[in-house]
Amino acid sequence: MTTITETNVTTQVYRVYIKASPEAIWDAITKPEWTERYGYGGIAEFDLRPGGAFRHLTDEGMRAMGAGDVAVDGEVIESDPPRKLVQTWRMVMAPEMAAEGFSRLTYEIGEAKDGVTKLTVIHDLEGTPKLALLVSGAMEDTGAGGGWSWVLSGLKTVLETGEPLNEAR
Amino acid sequence: MAADDDRVFKALADPTRRFLLDRLFERDGRTLTELESELEMTRFGVMKHLRLLEEAGLVVTRRSGREKLHFLNPVPIRLIHNRWIDKYTERQVSALVDLKTQLEEMA
Repeated sequence: MTTITETNVTTQVYRVYIKASPEAIWDAITKPEWTERYGYGGIAEFDLRPGGAFRHLTDEGMRAMGAGDVAVDGEVIESDPPRKLVQTWRMVMAPEMAAEGFSRLTYEIGEAKDGVTKLTVIHDLEGTPKLALLVSGAMEDTGAGGGWSWVLSGLKTVLETGEPLNEAR
Repeated sequence: MAADDDRVFKALADPTRRFLLDRLFERDGRTLTELESELEMTRFGVMKHLRLLEEAGLVVTRRSGREKLHFLNPVPIRLIHNRWIDKYTERQVSALVDLKTQLEEMA
């Protein structure tokens, strides 16, 4: 009888194939003119060097509901455009998630094959169970957005069609 | 991309593969040995199902030390949802709205 070791359950992995170049995907993740067009919206500010600051600002709608200026903050750990971005990531907009502290987020962008590029997001959520629920999309019914699968399908749509995801709100 | 959708639908059209996805939904990042222990099936059989799930993009594997961990990737299901389900529910909703308008006009 073999004993089953409990493996890492606090990591979430998401993957999407996008008809776009690695450079275009890198820009869509790191440049404010792109980040406000998909997912939760709002402008992302990156200082793309180790130790550099990261802030994802709230959009008008969030501020109208009483949010502060910053939705998410963190620090860049590794920046290797257009292949790999590693950063810390803390949801500061929700106090109970801010209290959990920083999670660790990695974006891996593959080589383009026939014009299609693989994007993998690895979110290490050790010690941040509330944030883990949010980014898994489990809180979508409460109006908290659909987490990474929603964000990444929006990213794919905006890169492939130039238009934001058409959805009922 | 139609070919991608085909792979996802085919991967989902099997109870063992849906069972494997449900196990990963419960607890993500499992090894083949862990997944195998929950099925009355040979290791080879489970590997075959996992490979089909991986080819459809529904499972993503990552190495952690000497182990290969399997993660559930919900993005392809989300894309199918956006592509099909939203479209059809929208039509049903608008049909109901039309019916309501017609009935109210008759009243």
